[in-house]
Amino acid sequence: MSAVPAVAEPTGAVWLDFLKKWARIGGTKIFNFVAGLAILVALWWLGVWYITLDPALEHFRSFAPNRAIFEGIPAMWEFGGIQRGLGASGYRLGMGMLIAIAIGVPLGILVGRSELFGDMTHLPFQLLRMVSPLSWEPIAVIAFATWDRAIIFLIVMGAVWPVMFATAAGIAKIDPAWFKVARNLGAKRLHVLTQVILPAVTYDVLTGIRLAVGVAWIVLIPAEFFGTRAGIGYTIEDARENLFYDQMMGMIVLIGVIGYILDTILVQLLNRANWVRET
Amino acid sequence: MGVRGVRMKIQGLTHRYGARSPLTFDQIDLEAQRGEFLAIIGRSGCGKSTLLHVIAGLLRPTSGTVHLDSELVEKPSPRWVMMFQAPHLFPWMRVTQNVGVGLRFAGWPQKRIDERVNEVLELVDLRDFANSNVQDLSGGQQQRVALARSLVMEPELLLLDEPFSALDAFTRADLQRDVRSIAKRLGISLIIVTHDIDEAVIMADRALIMVGAPGTIYKEELVINLPDPRQREDAAVQYMRKQLMTAFYDAAGSAPSAVGRGNGPEAEEAAPVRDKAGAAPTKRRIVPAA
Ligand SMILES: Nc1ncnc2c1ncn2[C@@H]1O[C@H](COP(=O)(O)OP(=O)(O)OP(=O)(O)O)[C@@H](O)[C@H]1O
Ligand SMILES: [Mg+2]
Repeated sequence: MSAVPAVAEPTGAVWLDFLKKWARIGGTKIFNFVAGLAILVALWWLGVWYITLDPALEHFRSFAPNRAIFEGIPAMWEFGGIQRGLGASGYRLGMGMLIAIAIGVPLGILVGRSELFGDMTHLPFQLLRMVSPLSWEPIAVIAFATWDRAIIFLIVMGAVWPVMFATAAGIAKIDPAWFKVARNLGAKRLHVLTQVILPAVTYDVLTGIRLAVGVAWIVLIPAEFFGTRAGIGYTIEDARENLFYDQMMGMIVLIGVIGYILDTILVQLLNRANWVRET
Repeated sequence: MGVRGVRMKIQGLTHRYGARSPLTFDQIDLEAQRGEFLAIIGRSGCGKSTLLHVIAGLLRPTSGTVHLDSELVEKPSPRWVMMFQAPHLFPWMRVTQNVGVGLRFAGWPQKRIDERVNEVLELVDLRDFANSNVQDLSGGQQQRVALARSLVMEPELLLLDEPFSALDAFTRADLQRDVRSIAKRLGISLIIVTHDIDEAVIMADRALIMVGAPGTIYKEELVINLPDPRQREDAAVQYMRKQLMTAFYDAAGSAPSAVGRGNGPEAEEAAPVRDKAGAAPTKRRIVPAA
């Protein structure tokens, strides 16, 4: 083994080096990132300021970023609205995504691998995909005993299609020679699945999951406006009824931030799963 | 690694791709000794790749049998492994994982896989690239990984389908020499299909010519009893090459449409239509004095 010998270097110097490099490469990026965010907040502030020039709309002042972020969010944290809301919504999102993946990936593999199955299910799946997930809501409410289950069902109906179609597209791109090589080296069916098909499509599946989380996140919040007694959507609706506009706006900020964090995590996973080299 | 080659016996092997397709090859009989290296040359489309796939158990013959020692080949097995024109490595696996993948299929424990993989990487001169991403390797290095992936199974028979044709001349020459010496050292039997007459002479103990559509093995074969290592520019290699060329012309000439055309094997004109009677059943061996 030709391990590179570790050169003893003072940790301080290493850190300084790292920071210098970071400043050179990451510096401008971070600056742009912060500047963009600052412009968004400024526009938001400006909008609220303009609206509240009219004395009749004075109470909309609570929509301003300072009120939402420094008063609304801490207040909701204090009485536990955020924690409870995130717990309930997170559970629904997680369950919905798990079920969507558990259904979507095998279906996608079937569609991609079996021409017969793919041809037969093409039209039905396309039709179902085009149905806005929220339009299932009345049916879901009747069909499921609890709101939790009904909302999970709505998430599944929105999230399963991106996962399925992305998986099928990934399967279609697999080089048939890989199957030949695997068989040639004594692979059984299970090996072909775990060593060839799944690794080959992981990136595509994750792309589908990323899209699906976006859809699920959009479906989740309006689905929680009515009927439930917990969740992010419920918390917003609750704040509106009590005229806590700063909390309402604070919740909207949180929805954006959490959605962004989820998406960033998935992008990290995607980068890791991407085995394609640009030449 | 204690590998021994295998005796191959092919009888009446016939293949067609579909019920209404023409025969790919017809009534092929062929035998090879344990540890013998065969080269099969022939025009594009005469069925060489198909023949290798059938020998490897990747395709079923329409009729006829392939026996390796006493075992009838009916399906793929790590004991008879094929190497293709392109390496077809798994890009999500590192070099070591690609090389060890067959052992993983066979259910080996990881520790033994690692040991064996290291041994084989040494053999094919790839130790420095053990942890590389296969997509960062050159074409020749990738083909070496594919070779290691086959050798790690300790096959009794290695089937090579134009494995070096996509490589530059220098890399090709290196690999031709290395594959021959490694496989000889391990005692593996080997069949190589090639368009390159030099390659056949450099790598094989016996060269066969496949002609026609449906394909058959031509009655004349060339025994290449030259010492190793063989160089393309050796007088003996050049002499053998000429012998094989002549046989190839004769084979092509046995097809009425090709008489007097004098094309080399690399010329890919219309495949000669040949009546079955042209393939005289009596085999003739050319054994030039080296
Ligand atoms: N999958 C297939 N389905 C139907 N016909 C095929 C298939 N693969 C090959 N053939 C036909 O079988 C014949 C033999 O093909 P094969 O690939 O074995 O030839 P080859 O001698 O290896 O040619 P080359 O030197 O170009 O590689 C050709 O006429 C080809 O068109
Ligand atoms: Mg071929």
